[in-house]
Amino acid sequence: MNWTLAAPEILLGVSGLVILLIGVIPRKGMFFPVAMAVVGALILAAVLVLGQDEGTAFLGQYVADDFSRFAKVLILLGAALGLVLALDFNEKADLARFEYPVLMLFATLGMMVMVSANDLMSLYIGLELLSLSLYVIAAFDRDNPRSAEAGLKYFVLGALASGLLLYGASLVYGFAGTTNFDRLADALSAGDVGTGVVVGLVFVLAGLAFKVSAVPFHMWTPDVYEGAPTPVTAFFATAPKVAAIALLMHVLIGPFGDLSAQWMQVIWLCSAGSMILGAFAAIGQKNIKRLMAYSSIGHVGYALMGLAVANDTGYRGVLVYMAIYVVMNLGTFAVLIAMRRGGRALEQVEDLAGLGKTDPAMALWMAVFMFSMAGIPPLAGFFGKLYVFLAAVQAGFWTLAIIGIVTSVIASYYYLRIVKVMYFDSAEQGALDARPASLTVVMAGTGLLTLLFFLFPAALIGAAQVAVAALAG
Amino acid sequence: MPTTATGDTTEMMAVGLAHYLTVSAILLTLGVLGIFLNRKNVIVILMSVELILLSVSLNLVAFSATLGDLTGQVFAMLILTVAAAEAAIGLAIVVIYFRNRGTIEVEEISTLKG
Repeated sequence: MNWTLAAPEILLGVSGLVILLIGVIPRKGMFFPVAMAVVGALILAAVLVLGQDEGTAFLGQYVADDFSRFAKVLILLGAALGLVLALDFNEKADLARFEYPVLMLFATLGMMVMVSANDLMSLYIGLELLSLSLYVIAAFDRDNPRSAEAGLKYFVLGALASGLLLYGASLVYGFAGTTNFDRLADALSAGDVGTGVVVGLVFVLAGLAFKVSAVPFHMWTPDVYEGAPTPVTAFFATAPKVAAIALLMHVLIGPFGDLSAQWMQVIWLCSAGSMILGAFAAIGQKNIKRLMAYSSIGHVGYALMGLAVANDTGYRGVLVYMAIYVVMNLGTFAVLIAMRRGGRALEQVEDLAGLGKTDPAMALWMAVFMFSMAGIPPLAGFFGKLYVFLAAVQAGFWTLAIIGIVTSVIASYYYLRIVKVMYFDSAEQGALDARPASLTVVMAGTGLLTLLFFLFPAALIGAAQVAVAALAG
Repeated sequence: MPTTATGDTTEMMAVGLAHYLTVSAILLTLGVLGIFLNRKNVIVILMSVELILLSVSLNLVAFSATLGDLTGQVFAMLILTVAAAEAAIGLAIVVIYFRNRGTIEVEEISTLKG
């Protein structure tokens, strides 16, 4: 058994346990060193992932291929930058406890197991390791009633979703006779698929749709995004979304590839519903974290459009979209975390008023991210949308493509409103506090990637192409 | 139901897969309804979540016995361990929520909305 194939996961698991042990020795001041150690472990894991061999291990429970490599690099990047965003905020919000980076490390380990899962059992273990860590960090600001409420809501609905997913997994196991993805694919391609398997698939889809927060399983997203501490929200909106979308693709294209006629309808509805809700529900929002929650529901809808098409062009579009989405979102949240006046964190859209005069650099980056999310060329977000719309149009999914274009026009209203508030409203409250260097670095780095993506799109698109080829086999 | 003097049970129904699946589906429904219809307190929700996980375990063990395949029982053991961790984390979150708000009534959990 070649367990060395799972070296990145083993490294993360062992370093998580060691860091946890080291963290409890002194009483105070362990947040920063532990966070740095976790960032180091994540970078080391990314290096190991890039040099990873391909194949299956652990009796077919674990698979490493180009698809899992693409998703894992993206996840590790999102998690490492998500932790960097928390460094300064947690010190100021009195959340600088060493458990925070360790929980993020375990969540990342869960995500990596998820995208490498080749069996319903390893899928479940990865998903639960992620979810249990996320329940805790959603409620991490434990003396704040809003954070506690966010954690409680996320826990109750998350537990329900994992329950439904498991019920589906049990039906699939019972009626197909195996939990292994390869053997499931064989069993289901033999034709004559029973109703039991289809019912099981629907339950599994419901559980996974909850994790990607697609309509109609999105209701937890706004409350949790608003209540959780801002760096936690930044983390929720990036790495776990990529992991859940990658898992959804892996499950649907791998074992259930022959049932695509059944799941295409479901994904079509989820995609259209998410795009419409994301466009309309965000319009009236005053709290910018809540606005970003609806925005992320909308973005998941666009990504699912590529999956609904069910061909290689569409899958490539999903991967490109998610990569660009992670970069844009990290940048936007770097700006949101920097919103602080007189030491108090701000969350309202009006608090950005006059930013164009008081902090032109940050306003510029925020404008870049907002234009990119709205899909204005030549920014990165435009290319993300271009590739999924292209796939939908080529495959004749005209209705879905038209819904996508109309909703992205509507959604640009609330993105551009933020730009208008920054540049045309007067700053009555005065300037924001000086922002720490860590946020400036993340903002500028992701901002440059968003701005200059059109110069070198081939690298990302080529990598996505290779990943899809591995997945569709 | 008529039975012979020797206690012959041939006329009684044998408990088969369908019965297990029915019980499990009823447990799942009870669990889901327990989460959505419950207006009293959060502990009932935790119990409903456990009920859902138990229904899944019952399903898996019944399938495992019918198929003659051990995978389902291994899966059920994994679910038991994860359910324990989940209950621990759920209770911890309920405790911090109670410390903040002084209540765990479901109807009171509505500060965040809009």
